[in-house]
Amino acid sequence: MRLELRDISKQFPGVLANDKISISADRGQVLGLLGENGAGKTTLMNILSGLYRPDSGQIFIDEEERVFGDPAAAIQAGVGMVHQHFMLVPVFDVVEAVALGAETVSGALGTFDRAAARKRIVELSSQYNLNVPPDARIENLPVGVRQRVEILKALYRKSDILVLDEPSAVLTPHETEELFEIIRSLKETGTTIIFITHKLNEVLEVADQIVVLRRGRVAGTADPKTTTRQALANMMVGRDVELIVAKGPAKPGDVVLTLHDLKVRDDRLEIAVDGVDLDVRAGEIVAIAGVQGNGQTELVEAITGLRTIDSGEITIGGHHVEKATPRQVSDLGVAHIPEDRGRDGLINYMSVAENYILDTYHREPYSRRGLFDLEAVNREASKGVKDFDIRTPSITTLAANLSGGNQQKVVVAREFSVPVQLVIAAQPTRGLDVGSIEYIHRRLVEQRDAGAAILIVSTELDEVLAVGDRIAVMYDGRIVGILTGPDATYENLGMLMGGASFGGAAA
Amino acid sequence: MNRLRQLLRRAVVPVLSVITALIFGAVVIVLTDLEHLSQLGTDPVGAILGALGGIVRGYGAMLEGAFGDPARIVAAIQSGKPADISTAIRPLTESLVAATPLIFVGLGVAVSFRAGMFNIGGGGQLILGALGATVAALALRTSGLPSLAILPACIVVGTLFGAAWGFIPGFLKARTGAHEVITTIMLNYVADQLVFFALLTQFIQQPGSGQPISRPITWVDVPPIFDLPAIRLDWGFVVALAMAAVVSWLLFRTTLGFELRASGFNMTAARYAGMSASGSMILGMTISGALAGMGGAFMVIGTIGQLTLDIGGGIGFNAIALALLAGLRPSGVVLAALLFGALTSGGKQMGIQSGIPFDLLFLIMALVIMFVAAPGLIRSIWRIKVMKPIAEVATVSQGSGGTL
Repeated sequence: MRLELRDISKQFPGVLANDKISISADRGQVLGLLGENGAGKTTLMNILSGLYRPDSGQIFIDEEERVFGDPAAAIQAGVGMVHQHFMLVPVFDVVEAVALGAETVSGALGTFDRAAARKRIVELSSQYNLNVPPDARIENLPVGVRQRVEILKALYRKSDILVLDEPSAVLTPHETEELFEIIRSLKETGTTIIFITHKLNEVLEVADQIVVLRRGRVAGTADPKTTTRQALANMMVGRDVELIVAKGPAKPGDVVLTLHDLKVRDDRLEIAVDGVDLDVRAGEIVAIAGVQGNGQTELVEAITGLRTIDSGEITIGGHHVEKATPRQVSDLGVAHIPEDRGRDGLINYMSVAENYILDTYHREPYSRRGLFDLEAVNREASKGVKDFDIRTPSITTLAANLSGGNQQKVVVAREFSVPVQLVIAAQPTRGLDVGSIEYIHRRLVEQRDAGAAILIVSTELDEVLAVGDRIAVMYDGRIVGILTGPDATYENLGMLMGGASFGGAAA
Repeated sequence: MNRLRQLLRRAVVPVLSVITALIFGAVVIVLTDLEHLSQLGTDPVGAILGALGGIVRGYGAMLEGAFGDPARIVAAIQSGKPADISTAIRPLTESLVAATPLIFVGLGVAVSFRAGMFNIGGGGQLILGALGATVAALALRTSGLPSLAILPACIVVGTLFGAAWGFIPGFLKARTGAHEVITTIMLNYVADQLVFFALLTQFIQQPGSGQPISRPITWVDVPPIFDLPAIRLDWGFVVALAMAAVVSWLLFRTTLGFELRASGFNMTAARYAGMSASGSMILGMTISGALAGMGGAFMVIGTIGQLTLDIGGGIGFNAIALALLAGLRPSGVVLAALLFGALTSGGKQMGIQSGIPFDLLFLIMALVIMFVAAPGLIRSIWRIKVMKPIAEVATVSQGSGGTL
């Protein structure tokens, strides 16, 4: 066995993050490590890469027990990590970024031997079909290529146990395919790969064996040839889950949100939304699909009054809101579930109750003439916690102490605590576990059926296909196609998301 | 019960910080006790006993300087002679006198930190408040109004001066993004020079004196709490306590306070929730300046009675320290200010009685702050288990709330 982790346990204050976890993988094997957030995947990998020390348990490499005191020792033993958030210096070129910390030196002064490093990088790149331009600057490279640079970095350090942490999170469907090709060619040369993900399709496609973690324990193992998505999902959550959102056909009513020739600039003042036209009707869910960074963020900020628009029109329920403030938009009955709940949607160091009233605190019954009615706040917050099944020790618990799923439930509960005519949900289930995703989707469909117009922005194809009645694909600031019914397939969406046009469907 | 436990848990680090700092202070007392150190070779037992005696004498003097001698206080009260009572309780009241401006400025600092503004300008805001009160007092000198009528005007004008001095950096940050740490520090210098200039004008300067000091303000005074000779403690202290209650109410019972705190913790989320983050910055700084200015006004009209250049002393900086020690809670600010007040007035006594330099106090205060800022250090020294890591982060990071 190339790699074996035996009975690894790690205790954090209040949480047993890893509880006697054992996994193993041989040369040329891909081990899919599946689990919800907080299942202990990252802790386990941080132990493997020497960032944490386990409280108990052993690590064997080639049947020999190893103790990693620091990351350097793990790298020495051949363990390479490709983190979810890339660790590359943006202003370096590929050679510099890859060699950083493992520079080949020459001469009496020990200067960096760039030529030698470049030679090896070119060799590795062609050996594994990584197709990385050695002299390009990191900041000018697309995300998919940056990820390959990270892989190259691990290979450069002679890693043959490669840990990929949620590698597809930032990739287009096409780039994900390319990544799988690379994984397969690495496999052939005998590299052991641990592939961490919460996406069921991916493990099924690329893994040789699957280990599912749940609450710090191994919940089960599965063979990708024989198992199903449903079986894996149930194993992850520990109960039967609905992967497909139960919803009837949409009954579209009046137009609630209209965007006409909308142009919006991003923070660097470049055009990010470039002439978008879109209608969202009451009683329907319009999903905007697209790879991150194609103007979705700016679009949502423009609609919700957070960003000044360049030109064009936005109306909500017949009111022009091009120049409205976030509060004016919200007062029209617009619920906004922001893209990054930790940064935009919640105040981590405030309590659940305070977060529950974060954008309605100025209204009755919470306050009157600037004075809080704490009794009403507590009563309503307790009700919200109960209605939305938010798992929290109390309403005075800090939001930071909740799990991601429960944090998102606080946001959703708050946004739906007042009557809404329009829901803007950006990445509403990002980073959530299967159970929470199911719950949030159900709530969105409920709002639709109650007559609200819903606009969801998501980079996850599964989500877009599951909840969207109509799917608009955004690419380079434009809506490049709107798909409905049988046209809405992975393939068509993937093509549009990558910038190709789809037979006549472009809006 | 639960609340009590929470309170205790919150108090653990600050209290242990103070204890640890005092222990370190004791070590310094011993190490600087050259007389006994040189004895160490010839008479080790005597040297050690002598050094320990030094600690006892030093801290004993500090305690007495801070709180007075209990037996003497009781005896004096029994005797009923005002002069005796006065002498007996003077150390205690002087501690409260020293604590009063610290409460005002500390509350101000706490408000601005809560709003996410790292206000280093408490000193400038205080001295501007003192200037405002002085100007108001001088303007009303010949009005013939009684002291109690002039007093509110002086306090209000001083408060407004301080508020204006706090408003400027808040406004600059909101409009131009100018960092408040830079602007408040610079405005401290500007305030000093402004007061220096004012003190040399004919209107303010003490006639016949070439020095930058104002005319003594004798026609208006803050009424004393006790009608005893030589006791300076006045109603300014009571107002400071009342302000703590007001600030607490403002922060935790009003929507305005909610907006301030929300913006301070997470400006983006506050904006997403429809609040005006720039409004909170300006407001937080203005309230902060107003409180510091009020503190300055009470000093110059009440306990000091004359505007001088160094009226603020180190109050501006100590207030930052104690606000952090207090976890930015108004009640904590009062407690921390009382502690610092006691240390200050006790330290003076220690200097006089035991020959240990007054400067040791600065060392102890600095250590207290250092330990509070590094709770991990205190926990490892005292081997306390971390119960809720995230909750701790809250109290420490509240101050900088996203701006630093």
